[in-house]
Amino acid sequence: MQSPSSSNARTAGSRGDAGPGRAAPTPARASAVRGTTQRRYSYWFYAPAGVVYGVIFVLPTLISFYFAFTRWDLFESEWIGLDNFRQFFSEQSLRSSLVNTLVYAVTTSGLKVVLGMLLAIVLTSSIRLKGLLRALTFFPVLVSTVAVGITFSVLLQPDFGIVNAALAKVGITGPDWLGDPDTALLSVAAVDVWKGVGLATVIYIAGILSIPRDYYEAVEVDGGGAWTQFWNVTLPLARPATFTVILLSFIGGLRSFDLIWTMTGGGPGFASDTIASVIYKQYQAGFYGLATAGNVVLFLLVSAIVFPLARFFSSREVDL
Amino acid sequence: MKSSRVRLTWATGLVLALATAACGSGSSGGAPAAGGSGGQAAGKTEITLLVDNAESTVKNAEAVVAAFEKAHPDITVKTSTRPGGADGDNLVKTKLSTGSMEDVFWYNSGSLLQALNPAKSLVDLTGSPVLANVDESFLPSVTQDGKVYGAPWGDAMGGGILYNKDVYAEAGLTVPKTWAEFTANNDKLKAAGVTPVIGSFKDTWTTQLFVLGDYCNVAASNPNWAADYTANKVKYATDPAALRGFEKTAEASSKGWLNKSAGSTTFDQGMKLLVSGKAAQFPMLTFPVGTLPKDQAAKIGFFGIPGDDAAKNCATLWMPGGQYIPSAGKNIEAAKTFVGFVASPEGVAAMYAAVPPTGPSLVKGVTTPADAAPVINDIKAYIDGGNNSPALEFLSPVKGPALEQITTAVETGQTPAKEAADQYDKDVTKQAKQLGLAGW
Repeated sequence: MQSPSSSNARTAGSRGDAGPGRAAPTPARASAVRGTTQRRYSYWFYAPAGVVYGVIFVLPTLISFYFAFTRWDLFESEWIGLDNFRQFFSEQSLRSSLVNTLVYAVTTSGLKVVLGMLLAIVLTSSIRLKGLLRALTFFPVLVSTVAVGITFSVLLQPDFGIVNAALAKVGITGPDWLGDPDTALLSVAAVDVWKGVGLATVIYIAGILSIPRDYYEAVEVDGGGAWTQFWNVTLPLARPATFTVILLSFIGGLRSFDLIWTMTGGGPGFASDTIASVIYKQYQAGFYGLATAGNVVLFLLVSAIVFPLARFFSSREVDL
Repeated sequence: MKSSRVRLTWATGLVLALATAACGSGSSGGAPAAGGSGGQAAGKTEITLLVDNAESTVKNAEAVVAAFEKAHPDITVKTSTRPGGADGDNLVKTKLSTGSMEDVFWYNSGSLLQALNPAKSLVDLTGSPVLANVDESFLPSVTQDGKVYGAPWGDAMGGGILYNKDVYAEAGLTVPKTWAEFTANNDKLKAAGVTPVIGSFKDTWTTQLFVLGDYCNVAASNPNWAADYTANKVKYATDPAALRGFEKTAEASSKGWLNKSAGSTTFDQGMKLLVSGKAAQFPMLTFPVGTLPKDQAAKIGFFGIPGDDAAKNCATLWMPGGQYIPSAGKNIEAAKTFVGFVASPEGVAAMYAAVPPTGPSLVKGVTTPADAAPVINDIKAYIDGGNNSPALEFLSPVKGPALEQITTAVETGQTPAKEAADQYDKDVTKQAKQLGLAGW
């Protein structure tokens, strides 16, 4: 009983003001004033979280910038200048892995946006078993990635896997999904979408539910149909959710590793290698300095793509 | 309202259950430590042993540990397993460099050992009574700078082609002495509807055999090849004899010899294909024959990767794996007792009882049991004939870590042989630099 009444209250409130845009500044200003006059809790309360973050995250990141220029094992390191970077950029599988990484990131985040949006619309409409269906959509997010990878390797096995067995029933000879160099990367991407679309859907559900009902009612009054509602109300007003989904899944795609490693190991050969798996193989071989240099490159690459993207998105959000 | 609270309770319960399950497995992982202190309280020493998780290794380890504990009631051995291949290399290196390695571990001899930096991480066994029963021919593969770091476990093996004798008899084939004969055999097999060659790319290490197993042919063309290779004087891409290994790998795919789903086939599935007779030949080491049931092992024969000259027909041999003791270990004396036992006739006899041998032992005083798999006779023929060579990894410390991916790319038809050989030469350079070898 609570949720309908609260949403009533919200719509009533925003209708009472001149619009949702007006109401926001006032509480923000009030809290800013409160912040300066009565800072009851000292900054020391940040310390525990700060220490954990600093020791586990910031410090290793900074140290890795040093070790990227050395040849090291756990006890000794030898400064070798830019050799690691030179070696890393001449890695034979690097170029194909860069392309693979981008293909993977764009495919997965694109599909998550489209499918997440569609699922969210279905799951916010008045259908039966809504709670169950929402739970089912979200469930794969909770499962360990490695378990998902192993399970799907079995399901996609060409001789006795259930996927090709099902395809054979309708007369299609399925390919060797993970063993064929042409399909391996996209097969892993598809599994990644299955696993990650639940999170995108949840973000979209939140985004769609926060759109005031008034707009839909207005479209109905003007005689617009479901398509108009989607195209002119849901899509533009869920844009913050879209940006969040794109950003999160794109970063996830760029540094994706666990699923690829458990399903193909970057193979067959180098066909589904991404930057992260190339780096991992350097660690595996004991080339720690080289691998550290690779991670520094990955860090810079992700930053170079994601920061401008985030800035672009947030500038667009102000325009809304 | 009520229903949502019920749902929340359910969800919380589920999360708690999952968390407890995770803790449960965590604490069982921590159990060895507790067990160890308990064992010491009872006047016993407990040592730990790390072995790879191949079926034949685990069976051998179980058998020899049981025999050891019977012979030395004051010491107990706790065995744990690790993955094989590159994942296993990674684990071993990490454990050694963080000082968390088991008291004894079984690992490759030869070039992979050299990459562990044994002078710093392993106990020097030179002249130790542990090696009293060890054949001298084994020692070079566990020696660095004149110091011996390991004792053998298991047998020497052949590396080449395992074939199904029943299928060969049915198709009227004879064991090929040259690559041309091998090719002709494969054409006949294909015409008869049998898969000529098994590819098992899911376990990438299995794709290296055409290259690594071809080494006896390379050595036949230039007996000094290994030394020249270590000194950076010969390369795979520029030496025609060495390049043949990559060309042979490429032919498997270009001539359509492989099973259809080779890309997703595992090593175990490959062995099943071979035994079932659906496929005729598997480029492989001989060790997996040891774990087959007797009637199945009787079907399997072995020949070396064929070269181009029938008069120089030969096979490449693999040394047994090594047992090593990390210098950071706490029970080094007990560990030595165990290592010495495994490398003694008694230890070998215990392992033979569990897994029949698939190659000659390098422990002195061991007799091959009468019920050994017939594949051992195929290997012995090469040893008695003198037409064999140890694999390159036992003659040179240089082995690139990416060979298994490179050969997979060749065997799936993605990379041409020559280009792959060139890639591998670059990969090897990287490893040689990391080892600090002269001349690179």
